[in-house]
Amino acid sequence: MDKTILKVVDVWKSYDDLEVLKGISFELAEKEVKVIFGPSGSGKSTLLRCINMLTPPDKGEIYLSGQNLMAPEVNLNAIRSKIGIVFQHFNLFAHLKAIDNVSIGLRRVKGLTKEEARVKALDMLDQVKMKNWAEHYPAQLSGGQQQRVGIARALAMEPNLILFDEPTSALDPELIGEVLQIMLKIARAGTTMVVVTHEMGFARAVASEMIFLDQGVIVERGTPNHFFQSPKSERVKYFLRQIDILYGSHEALLKEPNEEEIK
Amino acid sequence: MTLMLTLFGLLIGFTLGLILALMRVYGAKEVGWLASGYEKLFRGIPLLILIFIFTFGIPSLFWYLEPLERPIAGVVLALGLRSGAYQSQIFRGAILSVNPGQMEAGRALGMSGIQSFRHVVFPQALRLAIPGWSNEYAVVIKDSSFAYAVGIIEMTKAALRISANFPELWALSMGLVAILYFIFTYPVTKLFGERQTKKLKDLGMGGG
Repeated sequence: MDKTILKVVDVWKSYDDLEVLKGISFELAEKEVKVIFGPSGSGKSTLLRCINMLTPPDKGEIYLSGQNLMAPEVNLNAIRSKIGIVFQHFNLFAHLKAIDNVSIGLRRVKGLTKEEARVKALDMLDQVKMKNWAEHYPAQLSGGQQQRVGIARALAMEPNLILFDEPTSALDPELIGEVLQIMLKIARAGTTMVVVTHEMGFARAVASEMIFLDQGVIVERGTPNHFFQSPKSERVKYFLRQIDILYGSHEALLKEPNEEEIK
Repeated sequence: MTLMLTLFGLLIGFTLGLILALMRVYGAKEVGWLASGYEKLFRGIPLLILIFIFTFGIPSLFWYLEPLERPIAGVVLALGLRSGAYQSQIFRGAILSVNPGQMEAGRALGMSGIQSFRHVVFPQALRLAIPGWSNEYAVVIKDSSFAYAVGIIEMTKAALRISANFPELWALSMGLVAILYFIFTYPVTKLFGERQTKKLKDLGMGGG
């Protein structure tokens, strides 16, 4: 692998008495796509929020292109502008049209003029196939369309990497496809991505490595092939069976193990 | 005169209310106490008492103004200080009802906390505050009638004067004044209150 973009070293995070992350480490090379998955409450979202320092870790180190984000002299605003994030609930700015959602960061953070930002934002909206909706407010768009604008907003900043926090889990099933399509497209175009998702098809298509997180620790990691053919731990096997049921293989549902089998 | 008292009272109240709301939402605990103490104090004193305090109670307060202008300034100050206590609550509620994800998304783009507030939270809070704010306008315009008590010629005082000279016109002048207050109040609350509420709904803001 070539240039390391992100390096997470032994990250710990707790909320009061609840330990959410217990020593997470991994590295991400340029143009790599890493998929993180695991049951709810396993610390996936917290991990992403630690990476862009919205909630700084209690312990451990995070390096972005070699720069230690935990160092006290680091300008976090500048750092965050280099780390895009796509939220589960989109978090588009409700009072701004799609185009302004994409251009606000360019204007306020990158200092582009109104006209420059507009041109760039339109180009980004075009990339997510939302150019025709530029003048619409978020509330006038479907969930899938909103999320595509969210992706355009992150892309526009030309970040070193983009974090995706369950980008499709708040969407109607029919709208998931259009968002995944865009994500596949930008992944193949060489965007460095950390994706928290249960979309196994997406993982299989572009992930170089998958990380299974449970109760704040990395239980198992490997290539998509590893997980789909020979996962080692029982916890992972059980989880993947549940995912399989969710996505419609009913044989798995009929073969549902009884309570005792689930450790 | 009535409109002028209302306008300046609201303006002082707006500035003060915004500052108090910011103190309560973003300030340290002690700063928040200070602001909420102020609110409690000024919500707990009748307006008429405040007007008397700022006109007769501290006559030297506006020493640099013409003697005739002093009570006007006193009334504006009383209206403004009290309205600030109420507007603070309007703004605080509005700021708090902006989804926390909005601030988060702003920070995630690399905007500072102040930038995120200025460009993301505040514009939304302002829109959310408008219905409550139009209500506050209705309160202040009607309460400006208390100014008659310190000799200012505003609508109420004018009506009383006419009826003093022409007792047979008492009912007419009072009725006219009542209608005038209504005319100044209703369209505004209707326009800003109801229309804005609908607009907010269209933007998917406020109350999820």
